[in-house]
Amino acid sequence: MSHHYLLPDISQPGKIGCSLPALDVPPAELPPRELLRQELELPEVSEVELVRYFTALSKLNYGVDTGFYPLGSCTMKYNPKWHEDIARLAGFASIHPLQPEESVQGALQLMFELQEYLAEITGMDATSLVPIAGAHGEFAGLLLVRAYHQHRGDRVRKKILLTDSSHGTNPASAVMCGFEIDVVASDSEGNVDMKNLESMMNDEVAALTLTMPTTLGLFDPQILEISRLVHERGGLLGADGANLNAFLGRVKFGELGYDYVQLNLHKSFSTPHGGGGPGSGPVCVKENLSDFLPSPLVTGSNGTYKLMSPAKSIGRVASFYGNFSVMCKAYAYIRSLGAEGLKEASENAVLNANYLKEKLKPYYHLPYDRTCMHEVVFSGRWQKAKGVHTVDIAKRLLDYGLHPPTVYFPLIVDEALMIEPTETESKQTLDAFVEAMKEIAREVEENPEILHTAPHNTPVRRLDDVRAARNPDLRWQMRS
Amino acid sequence: MNPKEYKYTQEHEWICTESRNKGKVGLADYAQLQLGDIVFLDLPAPGTQVEHGKKMGEVESVKAVSDIFAPVSGRVLEINQTVVDEPGLVNKDPYGAGWLVRLELSKPAELDALMDSEKYDKFVVQLSEEESE
Repeated sequence: MSHHYLLPDISQPGKIGCSLPALDVPPAELPPRELLRQELELPEVSEVELVRYFTALSKLNYGVDTGFYPLGSCTMKYNPKWHEDIARLAGFASIHPLQPEESVQGALQLMFELQEYLAEITGMDATSLVPIAGAHGEFAGLLLVRAYHQHRGDRVRKKILLTDSSHGTNPASAVMCGFEIDVVASDSEGNVDMKNLESMMNDEVAALTLTMPTTLGLFDPQILEISRLVHERGGLLGADGANLNAFLGRVKFGELGYDYVQLNLHKSFSTPHGGGGPGSGPVCVKENLSDFLPSPLVTGSNGTYKLMSPAKSIGRVASFYGNFSVMCKAYAYIRSLGAEGLKEASENAVLNANYLKEKLKPYYHLPYDRTCMHEVVFSGRWQKAKGVHTVDIAKRLLDYGLHPPTVYFPLIVDEALMIEPTETESKQTLDAFVEAMKEIAREVEENPEILHTAPHNTPVRRLDDVRAARNPDLRWQMRS
Repeated sequence: MNPKEYKYTQEHEWICTESRNKGKVGLADYAQLQLGDIVFLDLPAPGTQVEHGKKMGEVESVKAVSDIFAPVSGRVLEINQTVVDEPGLVNKDPYGAGWLVRLELSKPAELDALMDSEKYDKFVVQLSEEESE
C-alpha cells in the first residue's frame, strides 16, 4: 500500500489496536454529555496497521543519518549516538525541575561547566543557557542591549543596524524587541561597506548585529575596525552565532570586539535539529552585559552548585532552565572532542567547504572568489541564462538522492546556492556531490527539460508552493 | 514593453498620473520577473501619508519578502483590493490590473526626478547585462 493514505482512510468500526484489562476499580460517572467533545472521531485501526502506517512514513524521512545534507547556515553535522545515551542517563532524564538543588548537583555541575566552556570558546565572560532556540537567544541578546542602554539612562538609541546579508531572524528579533532597523550594505568583496557603516553609525544606534563569518561564508577582515567604530559611537556589537562552526577553538568573538553572541547548541554542538526542536540558544556576554543575563544562571564554589539570578537580570525568558537535554548532548560533544578536537572539527569544516568551492567553481558562478569559511555561496546565474533556475537545480539534486543546499539566500546573491558540507563528510561523499552537481550542469546544457520537471524519483513530484502560499490549507478535517 | 506614459524608480515601481496630482502606482515588469510568483501584498491603508523613497508596503513571493517604496510623496486615496485578494495579478498584468495604490501627490515636482520609459528601458537592459556577465 502506498504512503498516500491517512489512518482515517483505513478506519473501520470495531477494529481495535489495544486490549484493556478487565475493570478492577469502581466505574466513575462521565461528565455531563454537553461537556464532552462530539467531533473527536478517532480512527479505528489494528495495532499492526498502525505500526505499518508510521513505519512507512518513517521510511520517507531524509536526515543526516541517511545522507549528505549540505544546508547552508544550518550546520547539519552528524550527531554521535552516544550523546543520546548521556542525555538519557537517569540522573539527567528522570529528575524534576522543582527538585531541591542539593539533590540535582550533578545536573547543575553540567550546566555550570557548560556555561564556562561556552564562555571560553566564545571569549566571553558569562553565559546564560536559558534561551531555547537560536532566534530566542538572539532576542535575549537584544533585550540585554536594551537593558544596558536603559540602565545608562540612554533612551535615544532605538535602532539596530543589520547587514544586507543578515539572517531573516535578525530584523525579526530586533523588531520584536521594539527596535527599528536600518540596513548596512555589503561591498563588492562581500564585506561590510565601511563608508556606509560610517554614515549610519550615529547616537540612535543601540547595536550592530553582524553574523560572523557572514552568511556569504566569508570572514570580514575589517571586524576590528568595525568594532572600534561601533563602540566609539556608543553602540554595542552583537553576533548571530549561527556560523560558529567555522571558529571553534580558532577565533573568539570576544577578541573580535563583540559584546554578546548567541549560540545554537543544536547546530555547532551536534545535537539533532531540523525537525522543529528542541533547540538551545545560549547567550554569551562580556562583563558589561553580564548583570542583565536571563535567569537562572548556575554558580559553583567548593564543589557546590546553586541557581542564581544576576543583579539586574532581564528575568526569565523560558520556563525553568531551558532545554536541559540539549545541554547534556552539547556537553558530551565538547568533552568528547576536547579543545584540540573542536579545533580539528572547525578546520575540517572549512577545508571541506573550500574543497567544494574549488571543485565546483568551473561549473557554477562563484560571486565572491576568495577563501571561504565553513560554507560557500554560488550563484545559478550561468544556468539562469539557459532558462534553468536554482530551484530546478535543487529539485534535480533530489533525484540524485541528495538533500539540496540552502537556496535563494543570502538575498544579495542572485539565484543563490549556499553549501555547507560540515566536517562530518568524507572526501568520498564530497566527490559524489561534486559529480552530481557537474552532471546537473551538463543537463542544463543538454536537456534542461529534465530540470524543469524535476524531481522524478521522489515520493511526491514538485509541490505547488505558489498555491500553498496563496491558499494555505492549514487544518486537516475529517471527511464526514 | 514598459508603457511610455509611465514614470519609473530605480526600485522598479511605476507611477501613472491621471491628473496633475493624482496617480496609480504599481510594480514594473522587471520587478515581478525577479520576484517570481507573488503570493501576498501588504499595502498602506487609505489615508496613509507616504514619503518619496520610503517604504510604503511589502510584497511577498515564494522566494522572499521585499519592500515597496513610494515613488513620490503623498496620501493614499485607494488601494486595489482585487490585487490584494489575487496577488498573481501583479505577475499577469503589472501595468494594468496589477496596480497597487492610488496616490494624491503632495509634491508633484518629485515626478521630474523619476525615469521616463526610455531611460528605464536602458536601466533594465543594463541590469540584465550585468546579471548575465
